[in-house]
Amino acid sequence: MRQFTLLFKNPSFLISFVVFFGLVLVGLLFPIFVHGSPVDRLGCPFEAPTAHFLLGTNEEGQDMFVRLLFGLRSSLYVGLFAGTIATVLGVVIGLIGGYKGGLLDNVLTMLTNLFIVIPSLVVLILISNSLGPKGRSLEVVSIIIGATCWAWTARAVRAQAQSLKMRDHVNLAKLNGYGTTSIILMQILPYTLSYVFMAFIIQMATGILEEAAISMMGLGPYDSVTLGFILNNAQKAEALVNGDWWSFIPAAVLVTLLQYSLFVMNTSMETIFNPRLRKEE
Amino acid sequence: MHMSPLQKYFFSRVWWYLGTLLVAICLNFILPRLGPSNPVDTIMAHIKTPGLDPKIAHKMEERLRIRFNIDKPLHVQLGMYVYHTIKGFVTLDMDEAFGDSYMHNKPVWAYIGPALPWTLGLQIPTLVIGYILGNILGALAAYKRGIFDKLFYPMSLFFTSVPYFCVAIFLVYIFGISLEWFPAMNAYGESLSPSWSITYVSDVLYHYTLPFMAMFLVYVGGQAIGMRSMSIYELGTDYVKYAKMLGSSEGQIVRYVFRNAMLPQLTGLALALGMMVGGALLIEIVFSYPGVGSLFYTSIKENDYPVLQAGALIVTICVLIANFIVDILIGILDPRIRVAQEGENA
Repeated sequence: MRQFTLLFKNPSFLISFVVFFGLVLVGLLFPIFVHGSPVDRLGCPFEAPTAHFLLGTNEEGQDMFVRLLFGLRSSLYVGLFAGTIATVLGVVIGLIGGYKGGLLDNVLTMLTNLFIVIPSLVVLILISNSLGPKGRSLEVVSIIIGATCWAWTARAVRAQAQSLKMRDHVNLAKLNGYGTTSIILMQILPYTLSYVFMAFIIQMATGILEEAAISMMGLGPYDSVTLGFILNNAQKAEALVNGDWWSFIPAAVLVTLLQYSLFVMNTSMETIFNPRLRKEE
Repeated sequence: MHMSPLQKYFFSRVWWYLGTLLVAICLNFILPRLGPSNPVDTIMAHIKTPGLDPKIAHKMEERLRIRFNIDKPLHVQLGMYVYHTIKGFVTLDMDEAFGDSYMHNKPVWAYIGPALPWTLGLQIPTLVIGYILGNILGALAAYKRGIFDKLFYPMSLFFTSVPYFCVAIFLVYIFGISLEWFPAMNAYGESLSPSWSITYVSDVLYHYTLPFMAMFLVYVGGQAIGMRSMSIYELGTDYVKYAKMLGSSEGQIVRYVFRNAMLPQLTGLALALGMMVGGALLIEIVFSYPGVGSLFYTSIKENDYPVLQAGALIVTICVLIANFIVDILIGILDPRIRVAQEGENA
């Protein structure tokens, strides 16, 4: 608890927290204030921002401001969904490998190292392409992102589990006849939680980033407007060369804000949760 | 056979990477086939136009089925794919390794070959320079602290968290389109044809500025952050206090700290390479830079699946080679690897 009060006294954490959850609130609540369709052709192509179209229109005459809000919402959704999957996968694989050791650990470590070395974007591109445009809903995209980006977390959690299993309380639980599952859940997992939470924040950022990346490649979800999709459209319509800043700069700024706020949250949590770094401050 | 620990380490790494390469080749075959359609259907869907004679279409489909061995069981297909890929690499016959692009009826290598130097030319210098400069700046920030660090740290944090393609977009918009200081698109002017003339080379360098900066800023930021916290930790250790008490010079202590913080930094680099290279490919799309990243983009648009597949394999191989080099550097620099197991060998 003391750590959480410390956390909220840390100015950089506070600012990034407010920025991120402000964006989450906008993504959740905007339909109350803003009515409009992200896909309807409402104006002329490439209209510059006016009072009516706050951020102008794109090549299809769609309202960029509305699209941006929908994009923010679906990108946050992908981040949450993919981030959860990646974190859970990483934690489970890391805990099992680190605690059990032996052959199982060797196999899992090898798998983890493979996923670390082979570029995840390349794997994502190949899978997304093979699913075809009709197979890529927002959920499917989130799942494949989660399934390819867990290795980092697994590696770190494994190292922690490996050192934790030498502790006395774990041996005591073993002597008392507790099974592997309950030892992992009751004696190991709770001690990794602060790390797991930080990893989850980074995995959310990764989810948002990877979605934007494959959408920019033209392999994003077909059923939603995401921030990456907006950037992809702008790229295709050559909005960049034409200087129609409203069709790409706001989306790029939003992706940047999401990434930066999550990153700062993570690093400021690290300085609080990691006593080694705290001492230095 | 008597092997030094370093040699042992070297060979174990070689085997690991060869194994990984094999897995990567297999994945490259399996992943594109996870979806509902097989490659022949994908191509046929693309080729079939209302005016196409059904007989000809059927004949084409037959031919494609034979070429892709679609009628053979999957494991035989996989075996043949792995065989041709490896044989192509060993004999340096890239057309055997990658096959043909069926959208344009040209060997795939005719696309990858010209694109690869642009990508390598962009990635290798930024990676090396960014790594060295990032580490020096990070160590300096840790050592000096004060104002330098107060400005430097949030900036590095910003650049390491911002996605590459966003940095690229901002740079293009500010310096390419608004200020028009640097060209925003392509790798060289449209009126020029590639040669070793001074005009061409200087034009290439001029176009190189923005894509280089986009990647460089992110690389430097990431390395500096890591090096800074590593150095802060090292500066607080007992050996530094001891060296200070012994009256070692500042330069001497900085050298010790730098060396010790360097190793985890290299390990971090090895872990991050896959992510970094993937992200950097997107920069090429923003700049329409004629490398492998842009090739991905166009081959996805045109549904040219062999080009995409070959590009994926080439990128993976480059990352594996880079990782291998970093691993070997770690082996040379890390005294624990260099002299470990000496007893066993004696």
